[in-house]
Amino acid sequence: MKIAVCAKVVPEQARRIDPETKRLDRSGEPTLNPFDANAVEEALRLKGDDPGAEVVLVSLGPERSLDALRKALAMGADRVVLVSDEAAAGSDLVASSYALAQALEREQSELVLFGQQANDSDGAVMWAAVADRLRRPLISQVAELTVSGGTLRGKRQTEFGYDVIEAPLPAVVAVSDAINEPRYPSLKGIMGAKKKPQETVSLAALGVEEDRAGESGSRTEVYAVGDPPPRGETQKIEDDGSGAEKIVEFLLERKAL
Amino acid sequence: MPTLVFLEHHDRELQKDSLGVLGKAAELEGDVSALIAGSAVEDLAAQAGRFGAAKVFIAEDRALEAPLPQPRVDVAADLVRSHGFDTVLFGATVLTADVAAGLAARLDAGLNWDLVDLMQENGKLVGTRPALDDTVYVDVGWKGEPRLALIRTGTFEPVESGGEAEVERVDVQLEDFSTLATMLEQAHEESEGPSIEDADVIVAGGRGLGGPENFALVEELAKALGGAVAATRAVVDAGWYPYSTQVGQTGKTVSPRLYVAVGISGAIQHKVGMQGSNVIVAINKDPNAPIFEYADLGVVGDLHEIVPKLTELVNVKNAAHFPRD
Repeated sequence: MKIAVCAKVVPEQARRIDPETKRLDRSGEPTLNPFDANAVEEALRLKGDDPGAEVVLVSLGPERSLDALRKALAMGADRVVLVSDEAAAGSDLVASSYALAQALEREQSELVLFGQQANDSDGAVMWAAVADRLRRPLISQVAELTVSGGTLRGKRQTEFGYDVIEAPLPAVVAVSDAINEPRYPSLKGIMGAKKKPQETVSLAALGVEEDRAGESGSRTEVYAVGDPPPRGETQKIEDDGSGAEKIVEFLLERKAL
Repeated sequence: MPTLVFLEHHDRELQKDSLGVLGKAAELEGDVSALIAGSAVEDLAAQAGRFGAAKVFIAEDRALEAPLPQPRVDVAADLVRSHGFDTVLFGATVLTADVAAGLAARLDAGLNWDLVDLMQENGKLVGTRPALDDTVYVDVGWKGEPRLALIRTGTFEPVESGGEAEVERVDVQLEDFSTLATMLEQAHEESEGPSIEDADVIVAGGRGLGGPENFALVEELAKALGGAVAATRAVVDAGWYPYSTQVGQTGKTVSPRLYVAVGISGAIQHKVGMQGSNVIVAINKDPNAPIFEYADLGVVGDLHEIVPKLTELVNVKNAAHFPRD
């Protein structure tokens, strides 16, 4: 089975929004979105020992994302396709999902996997947009996944309890971070990762017109960045052995005891 | 701004968050329409009318019986196209997030998510979105129509206006791929014992407890404080504690007088379920845990040391208040 994992490279510490561009300051060390490691792990588990199976990472981002994506190769993924184009900068959901879907169409994998969310934008919706563009069935928030005879079965948690959903391949699945514990890359894996195929493709090569990418292809915008509303004072103390006493004092003071 | 509000329902009731969004839309615009999709859901229209919908579109089909997103995208897309809605609003849930994003792709429409406010500024719709663990608030908008928005759980309270909605049935046309995913089973357990939603004091445990056996620490503290025990999604998914006690995005929204978070990092999924608590105390060994950003009192330290001691102190205090003779 061929599995595509959609992965995002995020700044290790995203703590600032650039007041000029109103985009996230991406100058921090790029790293594989930690939630995507769960999707990579699940893909590797499904691949198992099948020599005919392949796990390909599909990502959208600047060229320097390749370094961070190599972590997934070190975990065991087979190759990377990075859609990288200056014209794609500032893409919102509509624009990004279109470029990703075009890249996924080219791969024709039976299964497309996503992680639970992007930890820079807190976005947790990309899969549904991509599934609609690919015209494929979707199961999201999956905490247990099985595949047998061309049929997927996913168990997931919702606000009301657990759902078990079935869908035929080809399909799109977004996994929750409860699904597995991602492996750490082995030394051998890390050494081998550099030699694995890492392809960079432009939007034009995927047939993505310029007006459907980046800011011109986006339908949302940011007007202003401000401070959150003030909330009550918060205090943080180190426990020096008197933490419990301090909590009791605080609760008495706040009449919460 | 003809606005459509997607109303989610469960167990023959419209969801509170959906109704809250409906109320907000009515406040902004006046005449708003609502969409209820399902199987045998027409009787829910009256409730939608009472909470602010001027008109309710009812979409009924067997494929809409299970709460799956893709057939709902088909229905909503047809409705937006045929009636020219320029705004579509959703109270965010597992289901509606997928419906909204699918609809965004289908209509090439802008979607802003996780909004905690919505307003009209000089004729322009502006949403407020917290970012970077809620440390900044961003004003967001849309470049064109339709404008789609997902509103964060618990943002708007429903307002009962007592109105009556005009009801229109819509013709359901589904894409072939939209019905490929099917619901095999829904295990929607009902909670046992007192609900955490009604508890005055809640002591909640997270992954930092280290194992299910350590929930005893949480239970003992809850007992001393006369409160209920809650859990995070991570530990519920790991099978340490029952789903009925889960607080957060997929789980319950609580607002007790006192919320004690034990070994909980406090990611946004958890925060949205408990940020309305009056007093929040957090105990966690990681000084960088996001929960310290919004706990009234945060104690950085080993919960295995602090929690038993705290339980003991509270018990001593209780004994002093209610002396036995």
